[in-house]
Amino acid sequence: MNYFPDEVLEHVFDFITSHKDRNSVSLVCKSWYKIERYSRQRVFIGNCYSISPERLIARFPGLKSLTLKGKPHFADFNLVPHDWGGFVYPWIKALAKSRIGLEELRLKRMVVSDESLELLSKSFVNFKSLVLVSCEGFTTDGLAAIAANCRFLRELDLQENEVDDHRGHWLSCFPESCTSLISLNFACLRGEVNLGALERLVSRSPNLKSLRLNRAVPLDTLQKLLMRAPQLVDLGIGSYVHDPFSEVYNKLKIAIQRCKSIRSLSGFLEVAPHCMSAIYPICGNLTFLNLSYAPGLHGNKLMKLIQHCRKLQRLWILDCIGDKGLGVVALTCKELQELRVFPSDPFGAGNAAVTEEGLVLVSAGCPKLNSLLYFCQQMTNAALITVAKNCPNFIRFRLCILDPVKPDPVTNQPLDEGFGAIVQSCKGLKRLSLSGLLTDQVFLYIGMYAEQLEMLSIAFAADSDKGMLYVLNGCKKLRKLEIRDCPFGDAALLEDVGKYETMRSLWMSSCEVTLGGCKSVAEKMPSLNVEIIDECEQMEFNLDDKQKVDKMYLYRTLVGHRKDAPEYVSIL
Amino acid sequence: MENDLNLKATELRLGLPGSDEPERQMTPRPNKRTLSDIVSEGSRSTTEEDHQDTAPPAKVQIVGWPPVRSYRKNCLQGKKDEVEGGTGMYVKVSVDGAPYLRKIDLKVYRSYPQLLLALENMFKLTIGAYSEREGYNGSNYAPTYEDRDGDWMLVGDVPWEMFISSCKRLRIMKGSEARGLGCV
Repeated sequence: MNYFPDEVLEHVFDFITSHKDRNSVSLVCKSWYKIERYSRQRVFIGNCYSISPERLIARFPGLKSLTLKGKPHFADFNLVPHDWGGFVYPWIKALAKSRIGLEELRLKRMVVSDESLELLSKSFVNFKSLVLVSCEGFTTDGLAAIAANCRFLRELDLQENEVDDHRGHWLSCFPESCTSLISLNFACLRGEVNLGALERLVSRSPNLKSLRLNRAVPLDTLQKLLMRAPQLVDLGIGSYVHDPFSEVYNKLKIAIQRCKSIRSLSGFLEVAPHCMSAIYPICGNLTFLNLSYAPGLHGNKLMKLIQHCRKLQRLWILDCIGDKGLGVVALTCKELQELRVFPSDPFGAGNAAVTEEGLVLVSAGCPKLNSLLYFCQQMTNAALITVAKNCPNFIRFRLCILDPVKPDPVTNQPLDEGFGAIVQSCKGLKRLSLSGLLTDQVFLYIGMYAEQLEMLSIAFAADSDKGMLYVLNGCKKLRKLEIRDCPFGDAALLEDVGKYETMRSLWMSSCEVTLGGCKSVAEKMPSLNVEIIDECEQMEFNLDDKQKVDKMYLYRTLVGHRKDAPEYVSIL
Repeated sequence: MENDLNLKATELRLGLPGSDEPERQMTPRPNKRTLSDIVSEGSRSTTEEDHQDTAPPAKVQIVGWPPVRSYRKNCLQGKKDEVEGGTGMYVKVSVDGAPYLRKIDLKVYRSYPQLLLALENMFKLTIGAYSEREGYNGSNYAPTYEDRDGDWMLVGDVPWEMFISSCKRLRIMKGSEARGLGCV
């Protein structure tokens, strides 16, 4: 291999696209490291504090696409204070100063300011793609800058961000010369948009394949957009409220029938359920259907819609579908791979309309099922054992019983055996979230059987440190572990501190670990940042090592303590 | 550590648990906090035992549970409000030291004194009177809010209508931080 010229190796490396593989390639020898780093175009950084932008730029001068993740996962559930960190500005600033020709930026759980967006829009001539997922900190003014300045923009994809909508005319900021859009998703914006500007934009975007609208886009505009873009593959409907006897509705039916390429449908942020028949003509081709923001759609109307979707591979739905509705899914959607059932009442416990029955039905009818997110009223061990038998291919299995410590209602036993069956049967399981009443036993099973497990989420479970130890000792591929409200203390935390360097991060909140224990980890492992998040400032008044820590987040890093932590975060 | 492999403990059977293990029982776990522990831990002030405390734990809101993204929660809450009539103007209220947040509808109140009284009742604390010169001096608590620019402001400085339109969330600060605010 030493005698191959670099160009040949580079050409071979072009075929290696997965981040994991490219990382492995770079470790083979110095020569391969060098060739790999100069040819790398796409970099994924799972924790923005694990490395600095300067080092990224130094190593990968050919960088074109960067993916960054900021806050820990539990930030999604309000467990991380608002200004904890995850700011993208320093990254954009550093990249702008360098000679990197950035074309794509994908961010998740980061704080993105309008200033950042403006700098981004002005610094990279060939910038093509901006994807923001669960981010915050920006307004429509920032979007206006992107629209106005990124001359070759292909993709603007905003997923579930908290955006301050100034109701400005950001859509009008796309110049007439911008005809390159392939994907536009602004479903998460709450404000009005300039409908005329939207229509003109879609008209001059012949390559537009993905369009997701927000609530402010009414039905007659939708109809006009579909007439101009029959080539769409992915459609997110904003408002779907109209009179079924109106002219607009007839026009819509015609427009939808022309859209023979639509494979993915979402939205229905406002919906009149008696008008769903217009959608039936495209249902037969759908592979992805997301109705999880449409609580107005349930009962028979919903079931009728689903009965038309025979090719569905991914379904996101609210629990108002009920066990009966899941039965319809099981009979109809034989190609189903991913199912997500969200609670229609995300604040209450005990109001979910689905139980273990719905899940069992789907597992029996959909043998290709490999990814599950299921919020339910209750679960039994028998059901989980059946599901494990029916679907051995799970890669992701996330179960959330709304009452967090609920046992099997039939036997009153913990759900250890049920989850044990899942991990034993699903040999490829990479992600697992547990709930319900659970003892140390389930963790014994996880440590023994979940050999491919990369991410584990635990809440209100276990009896003792043994639970955490089983997992840390057994799961060799574990990358992310997040725990809340479990009786795990210093003994578990300190048993094998070297393990944390093999992982991306560990989150522990409302557990039994003490300040002294955390300090010990930090002392022994300088390659980890051990953060104590103390909003109530209890630590300020009581620096006793025996004090229990409310929230601890530790992660491996090559760049030491971060400088942007707020006052209530101590990095030990 | 046991010498034998204790295969029985790790045996997975495709049968219902408990069918031939008479000794498997629900033993009490001294370390585990119950749900009611978690909730009552936070309320520092002595409250009268109101009916809420005797309700089954499932009905009590725990911070961050169920694990649903805030974006989704806000969307569906918004829809609920519309269905229930009127848009309302719900903002989150946090109090330093409390385990969970509350939500209040600002539209329900007409003036600062009304709002402050409601907060005092909701969280069983005393905020006291506002003065332009000294803020909430004399109280352990200071009501603050986050405005559209993301800045944390003291409640009471601007006219009520302006406050209503710019307030995104409330935070009742406690302790030394709060006392310092009167002297800025």
